[in-house]
Amino acid sequence: MTANRAIVRDALGIAVASGAYAIAFGAISTSAGLSLPQTMVMSAVMFTGASQFAMVGLIGAGGGVWPGALTAVLLGTRNAFYSLRLASLLQARGWSRPLAAQFVLDETTAMAIARDDPRLGRFAFWATGAALFTCWNAGTFIGALATQAISDPRVLGLDAAIPAAFLALLAPRLRAREPLAIAVCAAIVALALLPFVPAGVPLLVVAALVGLFGMLRR
Amino acid sequence: MTWTAVIVASVACYGLKLAGLALPGRWLENARAQRTVQLIPIALLAALIASGTFATGRHLVLDVRVVALGVAVVAVLLRAPFLVVVAAAAATAALLRLVHL
Repeated sequence: MTANRAIVRDALGIAVASGAYAIAFGAISTSAGLSLPQTMVMSAVMFTGASQFAMVGLIGAGGGVWPGALTAVLLGTRNAFYSLRLASLLQARGWSRPLAAQFVLDETTAMAIARDDPRLGRFAFWATGAALFTCWNAGTFIGALATQAISDPRVLGLDAAIPAAFLALLAPRLRAREPLAIAVCAAIVALALLPFVPAGVPLLVVAALVGLFGMLRR
Repeated sequence: MTWTAVIVASVACYGLKLAGLALPGRWLENARAQRTVQLIPIALLAALIASGTFATGRHLVLDVRVVALGVAVVAVLLRAPFLVVVAAAAATAALLRLVHL
């Protein structure tokens, strides 16, 4: 019982923090030119933060909607590995499987696999997923609505907010030397290609290169 | 056009989540593939940070966004919460533009 209560407390903490993150997403999305319904569909259906930020960030920077969509999907591939890892724990069958799939994220995976008791792991997954989904969509709505009134997002520095949001997402993944080196190389390659190829292409090249590196490395 | 891209990307991202639960377990259980999938977000996020800071369209430019990113780096190193990092960067850019730097 107390274990459940501690899980609920942690889940709510994560959900509230990401609700704040979603406010930033809603603001950036509408200032990138997406409508309120488009922004809400992304938070309800796509429901994976880095992908959503990448897509609206690219669209806002003039990178086009399809490179944005492709980048979002590439960033979403990691969720397939999370759900694979969670499949045996969740044992989601029938109606609960499509719902469980939507809740598969960095945060819910971390909360679920941290428990020794599978029953607690399942509880942590569902509690975190439900709380996060609620706060994420509420935050998106608030951010999108608030920004629709603003004509030039640059006045609020929202264009500078996007790289900062990515940095906050990236930083926890850079604790070792190799990821740091990969990040620096990716940044250099992207900037070097940018003047010479259509928008969005540098990101695809970077994704292809790192994919190749990952598969060839011993 | 935007609607189509939004729906396609959203459904694809959902499909990726569903795939892991629905496919037989061994499909993606390859250590090398697992590692690669962890590297992709690192590279893409770094590339997005660089192009969002140093480029406008297809032109490389240095402007107030560089200072804003510097502030964000400091905030991250100080372990500031997510919204503080983002707000500090946005406020820096907004203020510098206000004084026409």
